[in-house]
Amino acid sequence: MNKPLRRIAMFCGILVLALLVRTNYIQYVRADELNANEHNRRVQIERYAHERGNIIVDGESVTGSVETTDGDFKYKRVWKNGPMWAPVTGYSSQAFDSSQLESIEDGILTGNSDQLFFDRTLSMFTSEKKTGGNIVTTLNGAAQRAAFKGLGAKKGAVAAIDPQTGAILALASTPSYDPSVFAGNSMKDSDARQKLLSDKDKPMLNRALRETYPPGSTFKVVTAAAALENGLYTDIDEETDSPLPWRLPLSTNLLQNEGDIPCENASLREALRWSCNTVFGKMSDDLGNEKMIEQADKFGFNEEVFTPVRADASIYPKDNRPQNAMAGIGQASNRTTPLQMAMVASAIANDGKLMQPYMVSQRQAPNLDVIYTHEKEEIGRPLSGENAQKLQEMMETVVADGTGTNAQIDGVTVGGKTGTAQHGLNNSEKPYAWFISYAKTDSGSPVAVAVVVEDGDANRDDISGGGLAAPIAKSVMKAVLDGK
Amino acid sequence: MSVVTNTTTIGAIDAPSRRNTELALVAFAVLISVFAYANVGLALNGELPAGMLGYGLGLALLGGVAHLAVRRFAPYADPLLLPLATLLNGLGLALIWRLDQSERFQALKTFAPAASKQLMFSAVGVALLVIVLIALKDHRILQRYTYISMLVALFLLILPMFFPAVNGAKIWIKIPGVGTIQPGEFAKIIIAVFFAGYLMVKRDALALASRRFMGLYLPRGRDLGPILMVWAFSILILVFETDLGSSLLFFGMFVVMLYVATERTSWIVFGLLMSAAGAVGVATFEPHVQDRVTAWLDPFAGWGKEAASEQMAKSLMAFGSGGTLGTGLGQGHSDLIGFAANSDFILATVGEELGLAGMMAILLVYGLIVERGVRTALAARDPFGKLLAIGLSGSFAIQVFVVAGGVMGLIPLTGMTMPFMAAGGSSVIANWALIGILIRISDTARRPAPAPAPSPDAEMTQVVRP
Repeated sequence: MNKPLRRIAMFCGILVLALLVRTNYIQYVRADELNANEHNRRVQIERYAHERGNIIVDGESVTGSVETTDGDFKYKRVWKNGPMWAPVTGYSSQAFDSSQLESIEDGILTGNSDQLFFDRTLSMFTSEKKTGGNIVTTLNGAAQRAAFKGLGAKKGAVAAIDPQTGAILALASTPSYDPSVFAGNSMKDSDARQKLLSDKDKPMLNRALRETYPPGSTFKVVTAAAALENGLYTDIDEETDSPLPWRLPLSTNLLQNEGDIPCENASLREALRWSCNTVFGKMSDDLGNEKMIEQADKFGFNEEVFTPVRADASIYPKDNRPQNAMAGIGQASNRTTPLQMAMVASAIANDGKLMQPYMVSQRQAPNLDVIYTHEKEEIGRPLSGENAQKLQEMMETVVADGTGTNAQIDGVTVGGKTGTAQHGLNNSEKPYAWFISYAKTDSGSPVAVAVVVEDGDANRDDISGGGLAAPIAKSVMKAVLDGK
Repeated sequence: MSVVTNTTTIGAIDAPSRRNTELALVAFAVLISVFAYANVGLALNGELPAGMLGYGLGLALLGGVAHLAVRRFAPYADPLLLPLATLLNGLGLALIWRLDQSERFQALKTFAPAASKQLMFSAVGVALLVIVLIALKDHRILQRYTYISMLVALFLLILPMFFPAVNGAKIWIKIPGVGTIQPGEFAKIIIAVFFAGYLMVKRDALALASRRFMGLYLPRGRDLGPILMVWAFSILILVFETDLGSSLLFFGMFVVMLYVATERTSWIVFGLLMSAAGAVGVATFEPHVQDRVTAWLDPFAGWGKEAASEQMAKSLMAFGSGGTLGTGLGQGHSDLIGFAANSDFILATVGEELGLAGMMAILLVYGLIVERGVRTALAARDPFGKLLAIGLSGSFAIQVFVVAGGVMGLIPLTGMTMPFMAAGGSSVIANWALIGILIRISDTARRPAPAPAPSPDAEMTQVVRP
């Protein structure tokens, strides 16, 4: 009986060997893959096992971490003044993932980024507690506060940029939300998030980056830039060839102006000052769809912008003649984000140079060593310096003595353009009030800003860019200037 | 006692008893387990756990008592079996205690700390081992109970059918005041006794009085019939109780013992064919089995949809996160697997917290127990002892393979417990009894044969009388 016994012994040996091979396979060969599996809760546990790094504005953090006692996640994210900063920081929730800066810079904030490899290795030997790195933003606290306060209970958004560097100074969106309410992992957090998601005012929508609006009359500066760049007109004080009334091409409709304003053959300066629809509509038609698209593209239209938070692409589409004419006054199928209009204003203020907008100036390791610094980057020249200065003159006239007088700041040169964008079927809904502007000092322009206010509480007839949006732009510019 | 006059080749030489080796190894096993406790306590709370001394002393007492019993009643027994079982039992206790500390477990409605109970069951198990050693002076006595064993085994297997199913399997019986018992664990040993007794008697008939059929030698129905019936009956019961692991185990044990008894390779072929047919047959009508098979084929596909699949995926992730060296005791998250983490899936905790290194060590310890069992079978001088030893150690090996292979995703999960390590009274008690029987057989096998009685006739021829 010993021969079969020896064979059984071998059989048992093979069973054990199979187990040994299998354990090597899953614990050595497949370990990384299993550890990276999306369902592996250990990833989340590890992620919240130590304090998350902070997002810094003006040298102070606008975020923090608190220790929690319930559940297996040790730390929870909190935000200081969450609703005001939410459009910048995004959220980071134990149960609902993260968004915007909290998501994009997650590697640094959790301390897991490869950029922090040496730092991590070092702290392994010094047995320091693991923490995340910090993200230093370009935002200007005073400007953000002014923007958030200015919007107040109204629905809308503000984007402010430093034209010379592209640094984003303010990014506000209202109504907003406090990401702290659903940062945890409990039923309460889940309910709070569900409430935000089902709110018809969409508080979690980042209107400054992710909502596109009809730009209304603010788009006339782009049309004017196209006219100057293409040599349609060269002198801003020369009469244009603009009949009044002007009939839309291929149509029997007459294009109207808002009120009885002197638009017949008005010069560029006068046309922008009074916001003449007829002049700019015809100008867009004279230039044609292709040239208009070309100019819009130079300002950054038709492409997503990464700040590094993604902003939706603003659109200036291929279109037929009447639509193209209407798009020239910002009332057709062209749509834009507030950030994009701030970029337009900043390129004009910066003598034609468009800088890459950005909001992360530095990444810091947990020991505060700087591991990344943003270098300002020119991404294009939508218009020549000469033409930019001409446009500046025109925009400054608007503020000094036109529709944008509400944005005047004592002792400072301000250029701007108002806009009142009709929308809805047959313009049935309350229009959007727009204002884009920049302030200028002896050393160039420190701030360009775009403001949009959706259906303000005012009567329909009172809604205008100059009335609703310009004061907000003014307070943001003033906050930046006062800080200089 | 040092006379080399034995008829068998193994164990013929005057074997040293090796009792002191066994004592040292038992002490070592207890020490490792105590270190495991200390490790868990330090990792979880930063201090030595309060229960460490209690569990350490308890385990030392169990090992010590078992050792003394072996020293007294089975002095020539294999010196490795007891220390290896003590080590697994001790480590299992530490792991169960570690899982008791899990906050996730404590949040479960069904949570009840299992470590202290497990220590108690281990004590019962060791007591049973001592009883086996005292009461069973010679394993051949069991031969007398061949047919009674058959009846007892079938009774034990049928019993759970009258009790409600727990987690989809009807393998428990509930005795008020005592708790739940898994009779299958005990039936495993008892049916081995029946197989061994029956096969020993019938092995010549089975091996030789056979007809050739399609190239295979098939024995006569009257020889094979009874054993085939008992076996088929037990498999059927287990299938109806959806205890797949045990049916696989019984089948494997049956084929192994039949092969050893008859020395005919055709049994292996025959057995494999039958098991394949059986597996396909069961899988086609049993949804429980189909779930397990789909979960095995792609554990992550059924995430969020199917409990079996999710459990399997969680187990794999636990093994993966352990990596080569493991997270260290108390620092993993194997409790994410849920309620079965301390029973069926206890090996996942080993994998996660002790890593690949720990897994290999544990698997080798199991391998060593099997190896010592097979060696005992080889050394045994009587066919009954051989068959019983190979039956028990073969079933032990199959059980380890089925459980470990199941939780590691090598084969479909069938739901059995890792001998000695998993929380569960029946399993620990039955396995201690199994070790007790193996120790008894090995004692008989290694005991030096008594010196032949001096033959008066021989003496007569040697002495030249004046």
